[in-house]
This record gives sequence, C-alpha cells and structure tokens, in this order.
Amino acid sequence: MASHEATSAHLHEATLPGSAWGGGVRPFATGSKKLGMWLFIISDAITFSALLMAYSYVRVASVAWPTPFQFYPAIIKATVMTFILLTSSVTMVMAVRAAKVGSRASVVKWLLATMAGGLAFVAIHATEWVGLIEEGVRLFKNPWGEPLFGAAFFTLTGLHMTHVFVGVCYLGVVAALVKMGKLTSEDIEVSGLYWHFVDLVWMFIFPLVYILNVKMG
Amino acid sequence: MDQASKHAHSEASVKIFLYVWFWLLALTGVEVFLGYEHLEVKLMLVLLMGLSVIKASLIISYFMHLRYERRSMALTLMPALVIVVTLMFMLFPDSFRLLQMRPR
Repeated sequence: MASHEATSAHLHEATLPGSAWGGGVRPFATGSKKLGMWLFIISDAITFSALLMAYSYVRVASVAWPTPFQFYPAIIKATVMTFILLTSSVTMVMAVRAAKVGSRASVVKWLLATMAGGLAFVAIHATEWVGLIEEGVRLFKNPWGEPLFGAAFFTLTGLHMTHVFVGVCYLGVVAALVKMGKLTSEDIEVSGLYWHFVDLVWMFIFPLVYILNVKMG
Repeated sequence: MDQASKHAHSEASVKIFLYVWFWLLALTGVEVFLGYEHLEVKLMLVLLMGLSVIKASLIISYFMHLRYERRSMALTLMPALVIVVTLMFMLFPDSFRLLQMRPR
C-alpha cells in the first residue's frame, strides 16, 4: 500500500519530457486561472455556435429571407467594426507582452487602448441598431420578409455586443488592479484570452450575418 | 533552464503579431469582396466559412497563444468544440423538411 502511494506520488510529480502530456503536477503546465478561462471560452463558443446554428436553421427553412444590408451603412460599418476589433486584439497582445517584459504604466496604456477599441465598436454597433429599428425592424417583424430576421440579427449581434461591453468592464477592472500592482502577468493574459475570443466570435458573425445578407445592386 | 530558454525562443514577436493582424484584415477584405460576387450559395458558404476558420485559427494560435502552450491543451480543448459543433448539424435535415412544408 505504502509503495503504491509512493509510486503514484512519483507519477504525479514526474514530468515526461517529449510526450504530449509533459505537464507533471499541472497537466497542461499552465495556471488554473488560464485553464479555467479556456474552459469557459470553449463553453461560450458552443453557446455562440448554437445561436449561429439556430439562425442558419431558420434561414434554410424560410422562403423569403430578406437581404437588406446596403454597402452604406451596414457593410461599411461592419467592416470598420471588424478592423477596430482586430486592432484592439493587437493592443491587447501588446498589453500581455508589456505585463511580461515592460512596465506597469505601459500595461495600463495598452489596456486603455484596447478598451477604447471596444467602446468604439459598441458605439458604431449601437448606431447601426438604432438605424435598423428606425427602419421598422423588430424581433418578430420587419418590412422586408421573413419575420424572424430581426430575432436572428438582434440576438446574435446583441449577445456579442454584450460580450464586448462585459469585456470592456473586465479590462477596466484589470487596468485598475494593475495600477495598484495587484495582478500577475498571468491575470492579464487570462483577460486577453477573453478579449481575443470575443474578437474570434465576430469573425463568424461578420460573414454569416452581414456578408450573406448583402443587398445586391 | 533549457525549457525556459526554449520557451523564450518560440515566443511570438511583435512582428509576428502585426503580420497576423495584416492577414486577418486582408482575409476580411476578401470576404467583403465575395459578398458582392454572384456565387452559388453552397460555394459561397464554403468559401466564407473556410476563410473564417482560417481567421479563427490565426487568432487562436497566435493571439490566444495556444500554439505556444503544451500540445496536450489544444488536443483536449479543440476536439470537444469540434465534436459538439458537428453534432449540431443533425438539425439541418429537419430544416430542409420545414422548407418543403412551407406554403409558397
């Protein structure tokens, strides 16, 4: 019994170099916070997949799906929003990098730049929502055809916008705590994972919701 | 020590991040261009989703750093996601059935 315990303890401590495992006591050789964020991201990705599937399901089953998005305002706005989100991902990467090699002040600076990107995204998106609502698009009613268009559009982009807004708040808290010197570089990396994920989701919403609903001239 | 130096060596540089950023923007441009081409729906979907999967992989690999983690982490996380998303496709036969039942 005692020897068995000793063996299992030995196995737990051992790292197995060269194998896919190689993590020893920490299976993925990563902190628990980071792994936790990854697990959240996978489950959140499944939530967004389910919504995109629901949208596709409704669209395949509908006879008169509207394609109302003109180049201006919808497509150009969505493209600019994509640009902003991708750029904010780069500033986030720079924040994570600064947390490892740079000063606290530069981390805060890059985090603020990322938050500004997120806020710009939400602001442009909000003007687009207002425009559509003024055109008469509601959850179960619109002037063009299949009534569920509004439900699909507002649910998908709304949940994504919520994620961006929550991300901005999250980064704000992180920036404040960094300023107080309370966080490790891993904490900033974990918040970065969330931010990049929100960016990633948009890479699927943009073609499926905007590009496939382009109004042809 | 060896592990640490190896890690530092394989760490992505700012140049790589800007390179990835450029490609993500370029592929977005291609998607906008495709939106105005009159393509068959199936081909359009394959092209757009193909581009999106490439963009997602770039973000996951470089921005989210998964390429530089232990391989076992990617091997644990990604198959779960892929399998669940694939399972969701079992709804589509029902969607086509619904389309046939719709009054025109």
